[in-house]
Amino acid sequence: MRRFTLIAVPYLWLLALFLVPFLIVLKISLSDTALAIPPYTPTLDFSGGWSAIKDFFSKLDFENFIFLTEDDLYWKAYLSSLQIAGISTLLTLLVGYPIAYGMVQAPDEWRPTLMMLVILPFWTSFLIRVYSWMGILSNEGFLNQFLLWTGLISEPLIILNTKIAVYIGIVYTYLPFMILPIYAALEKLDISLLEAAEDLGCSRLSAFWLVTIPLSKGGIIAGSFLVFIPALGEFVIPSLLGGSGTLMIGKILWEEFFSNRDWPVASAVAVILLLILIIPIILFQRNEQKAREADQ
Amino acid sequence: MRRFTWFNATSLTLGFAFLYLPMIILVIYSFNASKLVTVWAGFSTKWYGTLLQNQAFLDAAWVTIKVAVISSTIATVLGTMAAYVLVRAGRFAGRTLFSGMIYAPLVMPEVITGLSLLLLFIGIGLDRGIFTIILAHTTFAMCYVSVVVSSRLVSFDKSLEEAALDLGCSAFDAFRLVTLPIIAPAVISGWLLAFTLSLDDLVIASFTAGPSATTLPIKIFSAVRLGVSPEINALSTIMIGLVSIGVISASIISKRAAVAQQRDEQAAARTS
Repeated sequence: MRRFTLIAVPYLWLLALFLVPFLIVLKISLSDTALAIPPYTPTLDFSGGWSAIKDFFSKLDFENFIFLTEDDLYWKAYLSSLQIAGISTLLTLLVGYPIAYGMVQAPDEWRPTLMMLVILPFWTSFLIRVYSWMGILSNEGFLNQFLLWTGLISEPLIILNTKIAVYIGIVYTYLPFMILPIYAALEKLDISLLEAAEDLGCSRLSAFWLVTIPLSKGGIIAGSFLVFIPALGEFVIPSLLGGSGTLMIGKILWEEFFSNRDWPVASAVAVILLLILIIPIILFQRNEQKAREADQ
Repeated sequence: MRRFTWFNATSLTLGFAFLYLPMIILVIYSFNASKLVTVWAGFSTKWYGTLLQNQAFLDAAWVTIKVAVISSTIATVLGTMAAYVLVRAGRFAGRTLFSGMIYAPLVMPEVITGLSLLLLFIGIGLDRGIFTIILAHTTFAMCYVSVVVSSRLVSFDKSLEEAALDLGCSAFDAFRLVTLPIIAPAVISGWLLAFTLSLDDLVIASFTAGPSATTLPIKIFSAVRLGVSPEINALSTIMIGLVSIGVISASIISKRAAVAQQRDEQAAARTS
């Protein structure tokens, strides 16, 4: 009986507040927009009995999904989200790997402090971290003032409200997610393998390419997914740092819902975003599974 | 053969500069006397004064703290239960669905979680306000708690629990007296994680908050959409300060605890 309660309470909570809401999204994505409250039709009416339910299902269709393929705004937004998430993941890897590598090489007594320095930003508000770049990247911002002062540029660079600002924002906010798994992988690396490689005539650089990189592959893959998956549906970064030209699907969904009040289309956008995410999520889980098996 | 080279030192310096400079600049400019955020006009704390007189911000901060405390506490209870079910309950009908529902919210884009919960609340006619934000935050935070707690549950020795049961403890007492003290650090860090996530959340709160309740991130977001503001710089500085104090003292406490434990273990090894 106790076991039953223990299972039932969290189970029912998640069913009611995770699965059911998602099924509602699915249902509304198949409904039609209507000028009513709630602004879609048909609404399910159980009091009408079996015929009402049958009628309800017959009215559902894929119209909203067809609409998404016809209006090229959505196509472009999905593609540009994939592109922005992909490029930023690569940039985060390029920035994060040397940091993780430096942390592993650092003296032992530094490690707890370095570790804390990587984790601290994670506890700081995401919104504030994104916001801090607005003052730096704007036309009269800190970066432009600095570059003008040094004489490197003669006119302010336009960075805020472009894709570049979005890349910077994603790299900055998700960097700890890249550093930590790579650090964990590098820390487990058996140093005698590197010694063996150098004894056998490898240069330091080729030992790094041939031994260190392949052995930290698990960390690289895990870190990349931890950046790519949330970046794909990102809303805050493109809306604060990106301009009107930076299409990202999280922003489109938000606008479709709050500005256009088109719930069925917003729901269809959400369903497709989720379908796109399933592939990287499955790949990520496989990578984790492999890592667990390797540990045992 | 670990060698800390110039390359390592440079990449660490540049990396941490990148991570911390934006926040340091933000803190410095919060003490700027000028309303123009990019022109330095001398040291002043006046923006902190105007911030403390801004009733809308204070109300939002209060709502945020209430939501975070309540939701993270419920989430910790539910998440610990869920972790216990995942690790200890063995097989039961619908287990795959259960573990799927625990892990899915972790990777679900916030806009989708927010949208789906809003559609549910409207569908069942629940008025949006503090209560609905609490429900939403509890739901995604409990999944994070259960991941943190279950990793601790997996790693500890199950025979300790079994010994307690053999010695006549009821299942609940065995959990209370044996399991809970062992997993307590994970439960506490789960609570802290849930609390921070709730404090920080903009997207899900925007969907699930009604006109009667506004949280601090919603307030900040609508203010900074229009550009940089010195009041928000002051608010950010306060938040960064609080978090830094919290994280640094937590790491000092846990370091001391680790040292004390090591000493006890050494003492125990000597006496035996």
